[in-house]
Amino acid sequence: MDLVPNLFGSTIGRKLIMAVTGLLLILFVIGHLVGNLQVFEDPDKINGYAHFLQSLGPTLWAVRIALLVVVGLHIWAATVLALESRHARGDEPYAVRRWLRATFASRYMRWTGYVVLAFIVYHLAQFTLGYAQPDSFKTNLAHYTMRSDYHVLGITVVRAGTEVLDVRTMVIRGFSNPLVSVFYIIAVGLLSLHLLHGAESLFQTLGLKDDRWAAGLRLVVTLGCAAYFLGNLSIPGSVLAGILR
Amino acid sequence: MSTKTFSVTIRVWRQSAAGRPGRFVDYPVAGVSPDMSFLEMLDVVNDGLTLKGEEPIAFAHDCREGICGTCSLTIDGKPHGPHEGVATCQTYMRSYKEGDLIVVEPFRARAFPVQKDLVTDRSAFDKIQQAGGFITARTGSAPDANSVPIAKGVADLAMDAAQCIGCGACVAACKNSSAMLFVAAKVSHLGLLPQGQPERDRRVLSMVRTMDSLGFGGCTNQYECSAACPKLISHDFIARLNRDYAKAVFRTAFEPVAAGGGGEG
Repeated sequence: MDLVPNLFGSTIGRKLIMAVTGLLLILFVIGHLVGNLQVFEDPDKINGYAHFLQSLGPTLWAVRIALLVVVGLHIWAATVLALESRHARGDEPYAVRRWLRATFASRYMRWTGYVVLAFIVYHLAQFTLGYAQPDSFKTNLAHYTMRSDYHVLGITVVRAGTEVLDVRTMVIRGFSNPLVSVFYIIAVGLLSLHLLHGAESLFQTLGLKDDRWAAGLRLVVTLGCAAYFLGNLSIPGSVLAGILR
Repeated sequence: MSTKTFSVTIRVWRQSAAGRPGRFVDYPVAGVSPDMSFLEMLDVVNDGLTLKGEEPIAFAHDCREGICGTCSLTIDGKPHGPHEGVATCQTYMRSYKEGDLIVVEPFRARAFPVQKDLVTDRSAFDKIQQAGGFITARTGSAPDANSVPIAKGVADLAMDAAQCIGCGACVAACKNSSAMLFVAAKVSHLGLLPQGQPERDRRVLSMVRTMDSLGFGGCTNQYECSAACPKLISHDFIARLNRDYAKAVFRTAFEPVAAGGGGEG
């Protein structure tokens, strides 16, 4: 059984791990954004949604652990590949170094990756663990009483009158700090740049790309990344602009 | 016919032997004809150096018609010089003008150690080829032509991959010194054809394992390789290699093994 050594021990195997974990993380960040855009609707929506996720209990933890494993594998594969590549280059650098066609996003994957990692740590500290901004953390705010039922796929998951954590107020107070908001906007901008190469690159690594639709793929990925950035920009941006309060 | 000649300066990497320190040396070159090939210009420089009793610049070359893959040279930061789809030997001095400074370096990669000056040891490619770049064919009299039908599109695609001359420009152009385009070309050209099927899984696993063991880096999908390739081999073959590798990994992992025999790979 050579499956494990062939996947974890070879360059292509590690690239496949990068691609599959990258795809899962892309699906996660899209879902994450779509869920969070409910902040623009009635407070019942985002607060009911947050309460529903919290109420999943063991399922929530299974998803959290799976995400941590996926992120860990992505970083592990990237680190090993980067170290191998640096070694492969040899000791004597070229005196004249020029790019022939590598895209801008592809040249800075490691650096955008570092910022995204720092951002994830801060993001969890702020909204999940409550270390970064304890004053406006959800558990330190007054409870919110649901005025209507919250449904997922037509099933009522949070009933009207339930006391839930006021996630909406936490988000708005958190983003009222311009420093935090600007860091968010820069970080999601760099994440979008990371995805601009990553989302296209994963098709090549999984062997699903060819010349006939490479241009179409690039267009879809570019539009997708732009939409993703604008979606993420809208939340701290609206708070800073005073639209969301 | 008289052609106007011009002068350039070449800045060349000089290194006396493998593992020794090297340095750049500038050589003014006068009387350059636009009709000279780049290698002929180096021949002229070497004539001058020899007459002066200096060591000539060592560079690799053979057919000088762009089909053998012996010539190398990274010229002004691009393997095989300024043009697309052209090997160093087919690069002509008409690409340059009076007063140009041309930086000439060997292909750089740990797997391609410099032997002397601009000559690198690219035998790592031979080792990859020996690991699986072959088919098992019946010997004896030649088989009847067209006895194995192959669709035109498939044959054409296989020939696109088979254009690889194994020069190593893909490795030299890649910031990771990855040999993926070379391996992709070899794996694809055999893997596309019916004659290459019996060893298909074993070939890709073995060639990739050898590629990794020789210290080539991984692919980050920047496609510098295909931009530098003198035969313009497409990086789509790398996608095919990735797909072939993934299929081979899973197929061999779940394939039953005959009693007393080994499985594929």
